[in-house]
Amino acid sequence: MVDSETQELSSTKPAVQTKSIGHYLSANLRQYGLLLALIVVMVFFQIVTDGTLLRAVNVTNLLLQNSYIIIMALGMLIVIVAGHIDLSVGSVMGFIGALAAVMIVNFDMNIYLAGAICLATGALIGAAQGYWVAYWNIPSFIVTLAGMLVFRGLSLLLLEGQSVGPFPREFQIIATGFLGDFFPKTIGEGLASIFAVRQINTVAFLSGIAAAILLVWMGMRKRAANIAYGVEEEPAVIFYVRTFIVAAALIFVMYKLSQFRGLPNVLLTMGFLAVIYGFVTENTVIGRRIYALGGNQKAAQLSGIKTKRLTFLAFTNMGFLAAAAGMVFAARLNTATPKAGFALELDVIAAVFIGGASMSGGVGTIVGAVIGAFLMGVLNNGMSIMGIGIDYQQMIKGLVLLAAVVFDVYNKNKEA
Amino acid sequence: MSTLLEMRDITKTFPGVRALDNVNLEVAEGEIHAVVGENGAGKSTLMKILSGVYPKGQYEGEIIFDGQRLNLRDIRDSEDRGIIIIHQELALVPQLSIAENIFLGNERSKNSVINWHETNRATEALLAKVGLVEAPTTKVGSIGVGKQQLVEIAKALSKDVKLLILDEPTAALQENDSRKLLDLMLELKAQGVTSIIISHKLGEVRYVADSVTVIRDGSTVSKLSAKSGFKEDDIVRDMVGRDMTHRFPEHKRTPGDVLLDVSNWNVWHPEHIERQIIKNISFQARAGEVVGIAGLMGSGRTELAMSIFGQSYGKRISGEVKLNGNPVNVSSVDRAIDAGISYVTEDRKVYGLVLDETIRFNTTLANLDGVSSAGVIKRNMETSVAERYRNALAVRTPSVFQKTVNLSGGNQQKVVLAKWLFTEPDVLILDEPTRGIDVGAKYEIYNIINELADLGKAVVMISSEMPELLGMCDRIYVMNEGEFVGELDAAEANQERIMALIVQE
Repeated sequence: MVDSETQELSSTKPAVQTKSIGHYLSANLRQYGLLLALIVVMVFFQIVTDGTLLRAVNVTNLLLQNSYIIIMALGMLIVIVAGHIDLSVGSVMGFIGALAAVMIVNFDMNIYLAGAICLATGALIGAAQGYWVAYWNIPSFIVTLAGMLVFRGLSLLLLEGQSVGPFPREFQIIATGFLGDFFPKTIGEGLASIFAVRQINTVAFLSGIAAAILLVWMGMRKRAANIAYGVEEEPAVIFYVRTFIVAAALIFVMYKLSQFRGLPNVLLTMGFLAVIYGFVTENTVIGRRIYALGGNQKAAQLSGIKTKRLTFLAFTNMGFLAAAAGMVFAARLNTATPKAGFALELDVIAAVFIGGASMSGGVGTIVGAVIGAFLMGVLNNGMSIMGIGIDYQQMIKGLVLLAAVVFDVYNKNKEA
Repeated sequence: MSTLLEMRDITKTFPGVRALDNVNLEVAEGEIHAVVGENGAGKSTLMKILSGVYPKGQYEGEIIFDGQRLNLRDIRDSEDRGIIIIHQELALVPQLSIAENIFLGNERSKNSVINWHETNRATEALLAKVGLVEAPTTKVGSIGVGKQQLVEIAKALSKDVKLLILDEPTAALQENDSRKLLDLMLELKAQGVTSIIISHKLGEVRYVADSVTVIRDGSTVSKLSAKSGFKEDDIVRDMVGRDMTHRFPEHKRTPGDVLLDVSNWNVWHPEHIERQIIKNISFQARAGEVVGIAGLMGSGRTELAMSIFGQSYGKRISGEVKLNGNPVNVSSVDRAIDAGISYVTEDRKVYGLVLDETIRFNTTLANLDGVSSAGVIKRNMETSVAERYRNALAVRTPSVFQKTVNLSGGNQQKVVLAKWLFTEPDVLILDEPTRGIDVGAKYEIYNIINELADLGKAVVMISSEMPELLGMCDRIYVMNEGEFVGELDAAEANQERIMALIVQE
């Protein structure tokens, strides 16, 4: 209570401002800590890799490499917030890739029809698992562990132990295509000469600026509304610094992309999904109910929330997203292999927990999960560039996960 | 007869509450001593001190046991001295056998290897002593509650017990199991075991006890002895007699037509499908009326409320619920809410609030449609709603963005009330609405209840605190063991009459 009073004062009296900013930061350490960790890790690898990390081609790669993890992390975040876990996503992803390959490569099926079948099958798989969890109260750990084995086996069966590929060009572009530059070529050339680089993709360049402006505008609007309604808001300095960093990072990434081949299709898909899921979890009735379900199932139930149906839907959605990721993955590799998606569920789950979700449910954000996934991605990528062996990579990733969760628990204990 | 146990001037405080205030308890060697009192009088706290749950230093006063001053460190310490408590919720592991349970933590072993032969032989002897005919290898989960109680007693006897404490041992038992257990207590007495029994049931107290200590509001009120003869009336008077002036707001009410009408309501236990929990209950509540349901814990009050509220408890539910004369569908919680029924749950932390979330989050949880359009929550509207209820109910916090976990009990209860008021109910069922909150906040809650009645809502109030029911209700139904055993008008009701209805067998 004292905290918020000093905060209110701080907006008018700069004398106490520094203290209250410190308070605010330490009270929201987790949120800013994650963003800060990502920046620190990126700067670190940028230095030790002699600038390779942030080269245009590597930034593009980084996005492509982590796209399927991020897509699945969106669904996993919801499953974990609802108080469950899904260990089957890696297998389901691999299975859907295999299904796509068999239908498209072996049977020459129309890719749109095949895509629709794949997404529907993924949702169905999620629904089947969700059914046992929601309506039979079977622990999700068990159900999805079973699913993990079943779909791993099914992939092998479907592919007859072989790799199947290559996919037709139209399918590959899901993962490897780029949005064409529809602006006149002269604009791009002009920009390139201004920035003294080889080329600039105008669409990517302008999208970055547009997205940054949109972000700042929405942030300001929300802040203004919050202040009008007397919501405790972050101190102005922190808001502007944070918004500036995020907007600058956005422009920077897009600028880098524009120097290579422009906007990857996958980035558009991923960005679109992340915005949708972010909106759903934060601003809709169904999102709110999922948090209530994970936070206190009994209270949610006694408030008229259909908790079983929600659990069921969370898993169905997870299956759907695993299918989407499966197609992206297969298209990227241009082949479906029985090993696809092996142990990938662990990366997805780690991303969500690093992003601040709680094992006991009810806590976690889409933004956190996405940043968590990028953090893991940058670690992977940076260590690979440095030539660190897979052995050390695994150990370091494990310790990062542990550190993130220990940090959470420590913060929570400090609060209490 | 010499004195085995003497607890002198025991005082125990919890933050903000004085649970025990100079309590004295004296138990003679070889007797059965009953400790009686209302829920929350402090009996359990006293027994927790005696059994080492609250070790020396966490209370004031002294304990003399068997001629020695006791400074207990923990439960283990008290058990080593022969003080063994059997809690109301049995502490047995259902997946283990009777023999394994009896010697749990006290295994018959050599070099850490269990001697099963010795274990089973000793178990048979103990089972014979308590009159339980079961094989030592039978899983505890497969026998009934009555028999489990006997296993607990056998476990106590295996430890060379000097003082056996039974906390409401018959609360979960059927009539003839209760009788068997009481007879066993008498038999153990004949063998020289001293016991303390905590009970609400005065019939059984009279049946087994040699002397009775009555505790009320954390103090010893009286000590009665069987030799000088005690009447149930005396005990009831001592249990409930307390000052009642000015604890409730003055209020006049004029109830209207019957609003809530529940008839022939029957509910069976969700797991033990043969146990009927609610037995053919019918009751009404009028618009603008506050109706009380009195009864002890475990009498089925909460189960009644929860089964009406969207069948949240029980199986094979039958009966009819009418609102304003029209039958309504209450087969799920959202239907019950839509029909206009709200249920403010008993344990707000477990059933009422999402503690890690804010006041705003919790206020709108049961009526998110009221702050959203096309499934999208209007945050600003939600904030205004939460603010409105925060002001109306005087929740004391700087903002509606406080996490509810950080609020006091009284403020938490107001947030739960706000959540239900925002569903705009006609009928409010309040289950222990003032438990664990301080006197000032209670008074505010009473005022809110009165205002709700004035708005023409029907309020059903479940409470273990009789003065609260007497101070607030127009009519009181008395419930015992799943049945309504009486109905009293405010004018004719008093604590003695309610208690008399409950304890009659």
